[in-house]
Amino acid sequence: MAEPLLAVENVSCRFGGLLAVDAATLSAPAARITALIGPNGAGKTTLFSMISGFLKPTTGRVLFDGENVTGEPPHRLARRGVARTFQVVQPFARLTVRDNILVGAHLRHRARAAALAMAEQVGRDVGLGEMLDRPAHTMTIAGRKRLELARALATEPKLLLLDEVLAGLNPSEIRDVIPTIRALSTRGIAVIMIEHVMQAVMSLAEHVFVLAEGRIIAEGSPARVVADPAVVAAYLGHGAADKVRSAHAH
Amino acid sequence: MPTEPLLKVTDLHSGYGDADVLRGIDLQVDSAEIVAVLGSNGVGKSTLNRTISGLLRARTGTIQFDGVAIEREKPASIVARGLIHVAEGRRIFPNLSVSENLDLGSYRRAGSRRGANRDRVFAFFPRLQSRRTQRAGTLSGGEQQMLAIGRGLMAEPRLLILDEPSLGLSPLLVEELFALVARIHAEGVAVLLVEQNVAQSLEIARRAYILAEGQCVMSGPSADIGADPALKRAYLGL
Repeated sequence: MAEPLLAVENVSCRFGGLLAVDAATLSAPAARITALIGPNGAGKTTLFSMISGFLKPTTGRVLFDGENVTGEPPHRLARRGVARTFQVVQPFARLTVRDNILVGAHLRHRARAAALAMAEQVGRDVGLGEMLDRPAHTMTIAGRKRLELARALATEPKLLLLDEVLAGLNPSEIRDVIPTIRALSTRGIAVIMIEHVMQAVMSLAEHVFVLAEGRIIAEGSPARVVADPAVVAAYLGHGAADKVRSAHAH
Repeated sequence: MPTEPLLKVTDLHSGYGDADVLRGIDLQVDSAEIVAVLGSNGVGKSTLNRTISGLLRARTGTIQFDGVAIEREKPASIVARGLIHVAEGRRIFPNLSVSENLDLGSYRRAGSRRGANRDRVFAFFPRLQSRRTQRAGTLSGGEQQMLAIGRGLMAEPRLLILDEPSLGLSPLLVEELFALVARIHAEGVAVLLVEQNVAQSLEIARRAYILAEGQCVMSGPSADIGADPALKRAYLGL
């Protein structure tokens, strides 16, 4: 098997007396979608923050593209090709959609014309082509989630960390966004998604890691993970597990 | 004799600036009934909630709560009547403790029963009790949602409006949340539930309204709406 693009080795994060992430190990290959699921408060976002440089691991290593990047700040990692989205999206409310995306595009394009072209291209790729001139604060949740995705994509990442980009969307909006996410991996981007929408996890991810109380308690194919009794007990509950399994069997 | 509904919204229009968001909504909730409001993002569900609870002024139309017109009242007076809105996004005070956040729910109503109501909330959410001195900002997303609902319960609601309470919760917590709404309802509280989680909302609600583009395109018993595949495809994406 090829070297993974991202390798997280025995990473821990301690906040005072709380061990938020406890010796977690995971990896993500290039051009594939990997999911990270787990209960609220399990440490998923903390793990993302350590991979993207917003938090420094207390112990453990993060390797990206074969290099040790542990503790590097977010802007250096962004330049290497690591981008993330945030659960609570915070676009520049008074700027247009285009200008919001432009902020990301300027990472690799100093010239305004080139950055604008990139911003427009990314805007169209995520389905915001018609809304580029609208102020960000006029967008619905679904639109703002796409904008959050576009801002990260405009940095031309190799690895994209998606933190609940489907939360707050209704079933038809979720169905509309799934092809956009799938297209990212087709274009060669490695995606790790934190997601509670199991329908999306089942249809998109090739490999799933389950984090509970800071520890990886299971990993494997989506079908295998949702059948794991520990995952059902800690995360899915029996009702959701039955629904996911029967939907997947059809 | 037919009883008067607890909440009666008639031909309600509301919006922001030049944007008309609600364009003639009729809706009612009977005492001790769970009613679901469903529809895509951007159709006006949160605007409806904000207009009912007085955060946004109705342009035209009437809102009656317990037989009294409230569409010109301030939010604080509406809270004092027992209409409590748990807004989307939790909106807890991150630097206050769990107990302090709860107590803030009882300033306009039921203040004299603050202690008893806090105990009642802790009985609903044992996890909040064990964290009652902790800063609310350090709670997990699921716990913050429980705190927001708990703060709403501190005011002894007669009608509780819940705006997307399952947002961001794990499947297991979503199940617990819906069970909790059923328990709150079993204590005699009417619930107006706005949700993206269509399937579970239809299971728990007696009736549902479907909004599209600021209007109500369908309403009826949840069982009928849940059983209509064309309808679910058209408006709910199932």
